[in-house]
Amino acid sequence: MNRKISCSINSESFSASVDVRKSLLEILRENGYIGVKEGCGVGECGACTVLVDDVPVDSCLYLAIWVEGRSIRTIEGESRDGSLSAVQQAYLDNGAVQCGFCTPGLIMTSTAFVEKHKGRSVSRGEIRRGHAGNLCRCTGYEDILKAVEQCLDNTQEKKTDKGDSCKP
Amino acid sequence: MFDIESYHKADSVDEAISLLLQNPNAIPIAGGTDVLVRLRQGNPDYGHVVDIHDVADLKKIRIESDGTIVVGSGATFTDLIASHIITDNIPVLAQGAGSVGGPQVRNQATVGGNICNGAPSADSAAPLLVLDAVVELKGPQGLRRIPLHEFYQGPSRVDREQAEIMTALRIAPDDFQCWVSSYYKYAMRDAMDIATIGCALACLPQGKKVGRLRLAFTVAGPTPLRCWKTEEKARGAALDQSLVKLVGESVLDDLRPRDSWRAPKDLREQIIKTLAQRVLIQVFQQLGVSLA
Repeated sequence: MNRKISCSINSESFSASVDVRKSLLEILRENGYIGVKEGCGVGECGACTVLVDDVPVDSCLYLAIWVEGRSIRTIEGESRDGSLSAVQQAYLDNGAVQCGFCTPGLIMTSTAFVEKHKGRSVSRGEIRRGHAGNLCRCTGYEDILKAVEQCLDNTQEKKTDKGDSCKP
Repeated sequence: MFDIESYHKADSVDEAISLLLQNPNAIPIAGGTDVLVRLRQGNPDYGHVVDIHDVADLKKIRIESDGTIVVGSGATFTDLIASHIITDNIPVLAQGAGSVGGPQVRNQATVGGNICNGAPSADSAAPLLVLDAVVELKGPQGLRRIPLHEFYQGPSRVDREQAEIMTALRIAPDDFQCWVSSYYKYAMRDAMDIATIGCALACLPQGKKVGRLRLAFTVAGPTPLRCWKTEEKARGAALDQSLVKLVGESVLDDLRPRDSWRAPKDLREQIIKTLAQRVLIQVFQQLGVSLA
């Protein structure tokens, strides 16, 4: 039950014969992209989040053959020449990493979120909503929110949410 | 690895129909957020799949010359939220779409899958019911159209023949132009949760009275349901506090909520009454009706 696929992974072309029964998560891990984690396996925790054409998807619920002609980004491609991406650096600066299992998926979600909202006024509620598909069992999310805020254009006046009890 | 026994990829609706005809056990897979979860659970009913994930014709959202909005069944919830056709004309559907799962799920899950799996909790169902959406299906015998409320037949049962593909949901201009509507999802969490109760209400005002009113619920019976009796009682009623009272008193006559591990029946009944009134008041606010 194999089919040939061609796509790009972290800007490098990738071709393989893949079993149609396999998820993108399985194919990525089998090919060394082990930063992609399997958490729940049913699309609830977001640990396996990768970007497909810059859109976050749960790779556990995505057939590998669907990547044909598309471009995939995983955590492995985010640092360049030994330098962390802005999102990775912000996570580090804000202590937004504890056990680290959810971190690759969260960083991919944050990366897509920041690229989409850069320079726009974004409320804390919108950041929370944009990250609602990723679970973290350690940090309590506060430091993750701070990391994302650091990456967005801080010159914009921030919108305030009514009833946000998480404001420091 | 998913327990897929046979796999065929369709590049068009017609090809999908012919592939479904060739295997009476085959089912369509689009976004995969439902079918792949069932397969992972080892459910043998989902082992033969016809893949319509990349059928471009199913993803379009457009307006026809007479004003009818046509939402392709393969449009994802993210597509719906991003579409000005939806947000400008039928924002209640964008409200429902925005309440589905989380971002990753909304990026993949399709509105057609949400309806065709027959779930009583489908977040797009209550908005589509108050828009009186019509389901369009294509099968070996050609195209047919059926109102969404008739498409639902029972728990997880819809009026889709095995070799049919739902191509679109159609909303006629008379069912949204000048109507005001709102949706509210009550769940234990604000994201990644199944509705305890979902409620949509649409009102076509006539002066200071109700011209027509439509009310629909999810998880309040074996399928998403319209509240026909309440809708009839509300016809011609004044847009004031008495209508809020009427809707709250009448709505349970239309519904059949039950006990489940998510919520007991009496809690659901309380939420149903509260949401019917809350959503009506939201619609009043959009209409500029003051209850003070």
